[in-house]
Amino acid sequence: MSAIFPKWTNRLPMMIIVGVLLVGTAVTAGVWYYFTPKYTRVGYQPIQPVPFSHATHAGQLGLDCRYCHTGVEKSWFSNIPAASTCMNCHNQVLKDDPRLTLVRESAASGKPIPWVQVHKVPDFVYFNHSVHVNRGISCVECHGPVDQMEEVYHAKPLSMAFCLECHRHPETKVRPLDKITDLNWRPESEAAQLEFGRRAREEWRVEALQNCSACHR
Amino acid sequence: MRYFLVLFGITVLAVMGIAGRRLDDGGGTTRKPPIYVFPDMDRQLKLRPQEPNAFFPNGVSSQLPPPGTIARSEPLRVGDEAFYRYQDVPVFTGFVSGTTNFVEHNPIPVTAQVMQRGQERYAIHCAPCHGAVGDGNGITRKIGAMPVVGNLHEKRIVSMADGELFYVITHGRNLMGAYGPNIPPEDRWAIIWYVRALQRSRLGTLDDVPQELRASLNP
Ligand code: HEC
Ligand code: HEC
Ligand code: HEC
Ligand code: HEC
Ligand code: HEC
Ligand code: HEC
Repeated sequence: MSAIFPKWTNRLPMMIIVGVLLVGTAVTAGVWYYFTPKYTRVGYQPIQPVPFSHATHAGQLGLDCRYCHTGVEKSWFSNIPAASTCMNCHNQVLKDDPRLTLVRESAASGKPIPWVQVHKVPDFVYFNHSVHVNRGISCVECHGPVDQMEEVYHAKPLSMAFCLECHRHPETKVRPLDKITDLNWRPESEAAQLEFGRRAREEWRVEALQNCSACHR
Repeated sequence: MRYFLVLFGITVLAVMGIAGRRLDDGGGTTRKPPIYVFPDMDRQLKLRPQEPNAFFPNGVSSQLPPPGTIARSEPLRVGDEAFYRYQDVPVFTGFVSGTTNFVEHNPIPVTAQVMQRGQERYAIHCAPCHGAVGDGNGITRKIGAMPVVGNLHEKRIVSMADGELFYVITHGRNLMGAYGPNIPPEDRWAIIWYVRALQRSRLGTLDDVPQELRASLNP
């Protein structure tokens, strides 16, 4: 009688188990690695309508972030400057440069420059710049080394895990209020940072906010 | 089994090849917009500031107030008095009320706090052009990008009324742009206090130095 199940089928269950394990591991690893904001957002660097460079303006010229992003200490969102703010300098600097055509037109007509927004939390998240900036959290914690970027890119994941990591231990990140926009500032040592952080937390009454309604209200 | 393993290997390599690595893992930046894995309620029908918006004819969500309207908003407190933004008072206009004459003196009393605020705001908004000491040698002049910058130690500017300085900051003058939209009035007055302090630092004499500190000066 010929075999209905040839001999190799004895190995079939083993093969299926190995195969499922392999595929399962690969899919898990793939989701783990690729389905988080660390991959889906970080590195996003859109082409902007004007080749504006933070490395030139904030890095080399040393302009303070608040020269342009004036609302960042007062309001929940950080404004992109109006074209007239650029024209304060560019009415003399690179007066006829073709790269700045759009800026000149915008300043004359009042029609905004269509900058592409890079950082954007979902609409169900409540975020507030002034609360962070006035409690000694620097731009660099959430935006990376903007003063070295020729074009802004998404440097930090801005995921819930990322926000909570700091909210659990704000004393590791708070810094003196006059160093908020100094992106290259480093604490003298880890111990000095912790010591300052603990003191600042007490003085400014910084809470470690982890309840859901802080960010989802 | 061999075919399965080969296929598996090729798939894994293909996925990794196409998807690349994370940025913090040595991957590069990308022009592609973020991927939303679960886009459920990420974007809702609400206005966000400074976004394009089809509802208004000019297509922007952050509308300017209609011409001629003035925000009522919070009053500005100076000492015991409270001023509202629609009032014609020196704090908001730099003019003596009801006239177009510049007020002679800064309407906000000076304190150590105001002076510090002025110093900080001066460093942010004025120092790039006028320089840290106000002599017009800011970074834009130094690199030769900006030929004309005012020197705040000029006699004409030293003898200006405080109200005129306020007017220059608010509306700009000649080649200098208007800073009214960027700096709130109380900060403009704080900056003026600091500019006056800078000017004084060049015009001071030995008589201005308190008696007990004179010994510490090296002539
Ligand atoms: C403090 C003065 C100042 C302000 C404000 C300013 N710029 Fe500039 N900008 C400069 C200088 C100085 C340069 C370098 C000029 C040169 O290369 O000779 C420059 C260069 C540029 C360039 C050429 C590319 C490059 O990086 O060299 C662009 C584009 C530009 N600016 C756009 C803008 C825009 C848009 C704004 C408003 C958001 C703005 N600038 C605001 C001073 C300024
Ligand atoms: C000369 C004006 C100017 C200065 C100074 C400046 N910025 Fe900007 N910034 C802009 C403009 C214009 C844009 C929009 C274009 C772009 O994204 O490149 C922008 C965009 C950004 C963005 C991305 C916004 C988004 O779409 O998500 C971040 C983050 C940012 N700036 C942070 C900073 C920080 C931090 C500093 C201080 C180190 C700084 N900026 C200084 C003008 C300025
Ligand atoms: C605690 C984290 C955090 C800090 C600190 C922070 N930002 Fe942001 N920033 C964000 C988030 C989150 C967004 C996206 C907000 C949104 O969805 O509109 C954002 C958005 C922005 C934008 C774009 C706003 C828009 O509507 O296009 C600018 C510009 C910006 N930040 C500048 C700054 C500057 C300048 C500083 C420092 C003074 C700073 N940020 C500090 C988290 C932060
Ligand atoms: C580097 C540290 C740090 C990061 C990152 C950070 N936060 Fe915060 N956050 C703080 C500190 C410090 C406070 C101030 C707490 C206080 O006022 O007591 C704060 C306060 C807040 C508040 C104010 C709550 C209230 O009731 O006033 C909100 C909302 C908030 N954070 C949201 C976020 C979100 C959303 C993110 C992620 C995009 C984020 N934060 C990332 C440090 C951080
Ligand atoms: C520090 C601020 C903060 C706190 C506190 C916080 N969240 Fe979030 N949450 C966020 C941010 C930011 C996102 C958006 C993450 C993203 O876009 O990847 C988010 C997203 C979510 C999502 C949607 C996830 C998705 O991908 O669709 C859920 C559900 C959620 N949070 C539940 C909670 C619950 C439950 C709590 C309380 C235990 C909580 N959150 C506390 C900041 C916070
Ligand atoms: C973008 C560069 C720039 C910045 C920033 C700037 N100024 Fe000026 N300022 C100028 C230039 C250029 C002139 C010369 C105007 C002229 O004579 O055409 C000037 C002139 C002046 C004058 C003299 C006006 C006159 O009657 O001659 C005063 C006062 C003054 N600035 C004050 C300030 C103060 C206060 C600030 C900070 C809020 C400031 N400026 C920021 C460029 C700048």
